[in-house]
Amino acid sequence: MTRAHAVAATRIGLLLAGFLALEALCRAGIIGKLVMIPPTAMVAEMTALLASGEITGDIVRTFTTIAIAFAGAVALGFVAGAALHAAPRLRRAVDPLLAAYYAVPGFIFYPLLVALFGLNVLPLIAIGLLFAAPAMVIATLLGLDRVPPVLRKCARVHRLGRAETVLHVVLPAAMPALFNGIRLAFAYAFIGVIAGEFILSGGGLGYAIGYAYESFEATRMYGLLLFVLMMAVVLNGALYVWETRLLRRRTRA
Amino acid sequence: MPDAGQGAAHATLSGVVRRYPGNPPVHALGPLDLALRRGEFFSVVGPSGCGKSTLLDVLAGLSAPTEGSASFEGAPLRGQVPDGIGVVFQEDASFPWLTVADNVAFGLRRAGADAAEIARRVAYALDFMGLKDFAHAYPAQLSGGMRQRVCIARTLVLRPRLILLDEPFGALDQQTRLLMGDELLRLWRETDATVLLITHALDEAAMLSDRVGVMSARPGRFIDTVETGWPRERDSRIVSEAAFGAITARLWSCLRGESLKALGREAP
Repeated sequence: MTRAHAVAATRIGLLLAGFLALEALCRAGIIGKLVMIPPTAMVAEMTALLASGEITGDIVRTFTTIAIAFAGAVALGFVAGAALHAAPRLRRAVDPLLAAYYAVPGFIFYPLLVALFGLNVLPLIAIGLLFAAPAMVIATLLGLDRVPPVLRKCARVHRLGRAETVLHVVLPAAMPALFNGIRLAFAYAFIGVIAGEFILSGGGLGYAIGYAYESFEATRMYGLLLFVLMMAVVLNGALYVWETRLLRRRTRA
Repeated sequence: MPDAGQGAAHATLSGVVRRYPGNPPVHALGPLDLALRRGEFFSVVGPSGCGKSTLLDVLAGLSAPTEGSASFEGAPLRGQVPDGIGVVFQEDASFPWLTVADNVAFGLRRAGADAAEIARRVAYALDFMGLKDFAHAYPAQLSGGMRQRVCIARTLVLRPRLILLDEPFGALDQQTRLLMGDELLRLWRETDATVLLITHALDEAAMLSDRVGVMSARPGRFIDTVETGWPRERDSRIVSEAAFGAITARLWSCLRGESLKALGREAP
């Protein structure tokens, strides 16, 4: 067994142990039925919800919103990061604001966004984008800062034009940081959209969870929660695996 | 010593001065003159911070002189690298996202060479630099010396007529440096290129070069040019010859006072 396999086995073991412990505590009544249902019941409810097609519309709505917010955040964050990198004076002015950005509770702007865009999917896209874009801006700045000057010199020695230099040297050199930004942007867009739906929306998975909570439908709520949790883990995990594969070749064996 | 070279000049620096703006501005280099003879191996030694790398940047076309002029094959250099000049840097400049073969092929691909020509020239360069078995490895899987060989191969494959090397072996141990020196001499003989090597190692300069230019403390000027008189067919075994010791001693006698100056001390 390789070290990586051992780590993966330990991780799965820990999750399984947590799952079994929770199951035992719920079944034994130590955790009350109104507080939490056993994990196996969550799995059964989630499977039933998915099979019935009852939440398909919510799933499509939520993940479309996340995808739009995520793609917009990556594009906008990258362009803004590159522009700031090219304008050092502006960057010096903006840097403290970026550093303090995540200290501001972004959801306080949700009513303002609803007032601006109406009670539809646009405020959710905006909140996802506002959550995710700064992570991409910061990652882009970091990535561009870390491109070794000697590689830019190399590009000049090979007589590359500006666009060729960016495409063939700067972007690949900055890719580890950019990819980290993409992963963070996804996580933030996911959190922003689900939480936005939870607070003030007429549809989507976040809304469905909130609705089940308010209707005392604990089983349905936990089934939905488990689905959201699993999607977050699976999608982040996929990005993590992709990032690891990309970086593996760059790190010393 | 105003001029380091005469005769059929392949590349020249005439009255070159390089100042960097600032408060106060930094006078990094010159005024200095240099005429590199076609096909020679010329090394530059000097104390730390004397402007050796600045000299290389000007000669490569990476940086324009503040005063004076630089030319390559008769054409003026104006802050752009012309065709025919290859540069190997001190830092690891291999592209970590490309395999060794793709690193070596990089310049040819960007220049639009056809696939068969790229394959042929890359195979030759990899073979020449002893990297044939590592064609599909990534730089992170190689040692520092091998990564530097990748960078040399990437330069070699473009068949430059002037090769500029900025302390390419600075980070390597002494044995590896001697062996890399042999490979460099082999490359120089095979390509007939003119080579300018920037180095802080006097023994390296004495072993590899036809001529060695000794630079003063900043702002760097040539204070002596030493003709080694080595035959074109040579390798690292010449370090055991008596003449090698004499050349190294002469270089050090020129350089000692300048190195002390660079440290802010007076020669006794």
